[in-house]
Amino acid sequence: MASVVVLDYGSGNLRSAQRALERAGATVEVTSDADAVMAADGLVVPGVGAFAACMAGLTAVHGPQLIGRRLAGGRPVLGICVGMQVLFDAGVEHGVETAGLAEWPGVVQRLHADVLPHMGWNTVEAPAESRMFEGVRDAYFYFVHSYGVLDWTLPASDRLSAPLVTWTDYGTPFVSAVENGPLWATQFHPEKSGDAGARVLRNWIETLA
Amino acid sequence: MDLGSAAAVSLAVRVIPCLDVDAGRVVKGVNFADLRDAGDPVELARRYDAEGADELVFLDITASSGQRETTYDMVRRTADQVFIPLTVGGGVRSVDDFDRLLRAGADKVSLSTAAVTGPDLIDAAARQFGSQCVVLSVDTRRAEGMASGFEVTTHGGREATGRDTLAWVQEAVDRGVGEILLNSMDADGTRDGFDLELIRAVRQCVDVPIIASGGAGRPEHAVPAVEAGADAVLAASIFHFGDVTIAEVKDALAAAGLPVRPLTASASR
Repeated sequence: MASVVVLDYGSGNLRSAQRALERAGATVEVTSDADAVMAADGLVVPGVGAFAACMAGLTAVHGPQLIGRRLAGGRPVLGICVGMQVLFDAGVEHGVETAGLAEWPGVVQRLHADVLPHMGWNTVEAPAESRMFEGVRDAYFYFVHSYGVLDWTLPASDRLSAPLVTWTDYGTPFVSAVENGPLWATQFHPEKSGDAGARVLRNWIETLA
Repeated sequence: MDLGSAAAVSLAVRVIPCLDVDAGRVVKGVNFADLRDAGDPVELARRYDAEGADELVFLDITASSGQRETTYDMVRRTADQVFIPLTVGGGVRSVDDFDRLLRAGADKVSLSTAAVTGPDLIDAAARQFGSQCVVLSVDTRRAEGMASGFEVTTHGGREATGRDTLAWVQEAVDRGVGEILLNSMDADGTRDGFDLELIRAVRQCVDVPIIASGGAGRPEHAVPAVEAGADAVLAASIFHFGDVTIAEVKDALAAAGLPVRPLTASASR
């Protein structure tokens, strides 16, 4: 059975993430212990609230280094909600720009919509090759956020396989999921998205060594 | 990017049942014939999840603070088994209460009376946990002397505050509330439909999601509520008594061309 660590850095409803991952077939530990984080088959980086607060919390438990080391070794990492947002270059909230982990180019900014937060169940437009959405391409997923990535700016290259980028429309299109080798991320909350979310988690767990 | 091939992509209108709980037990008539224990919040939550509820709201009416532990335990047991968003409200007075509910597995916490008497709680909770999990529950009714014609009440509508509803929701959003649970005391219990005038008025002054509450009697009542500006509709007794199902409300919304999350076959596990 695949082992998963949910990174505990003081953000989010970790209990739901743990239970949903267990239900999807993993053994789960909620911790920030570096050895456990490195040893797990998969690492989940959750996150709710403000970008800056999440970065501060992550940094306090050496999250950026742990994530970087895992990815350097091709070890799977799944970012959820703000745990996805921090993977980009930076986030701008209330006029303040905070540096992110810069795994992907792009800036997390306020969504362009009449009603915010974007709160509730929405659909996704996933690439045909998506493994994350296998079996649930037409399903609804639960979102709650006011910020997002509106432009995917990673240039195409014939020397690297392009990440699979999934979009959702709310006012304007934003990036709702990314599959990029060992690094996957969702703007929605698979752990709160009922059976469809459970399938996404199972699809991820199946990629774990 | 290519968004052209998908069907219409759109945020679904949420349909939300509300359960009143006292000392960890569901109260106020729940009438599903096949339930083993109609007072068990976990069993009811699972039932509503299977019926397609988009979220669940627990309103804790436990009077004795000594029994609050039963609430945390109930939230824990529910969140362990039901994987849709869970809002818990009632009796939340401090950031500490907030923290304990979130740790137990609540995704959002709703504030009502305590926010009126001490609005700094909103700022503190939003700062610490993020606006996305701070819900303001407003019980309101028509009253003379209010600029908007609506007055905020507390203690389940029994006590007037002298505060104008629109001014209050605006202040609460400025302080960091991320969603408004708008309960019309005038419409509550009538089953004549939601208070459209109230929804319209609040929609015009805030840009956070609005959950319309009070007055639902028939599935089609949800449609004008959404057209008036509600993002979600909440009801209690019509669902509990089985008079109206979640699916019927969604069918009515869909028939009016509004987006809903369809019930998936696997949800009836």
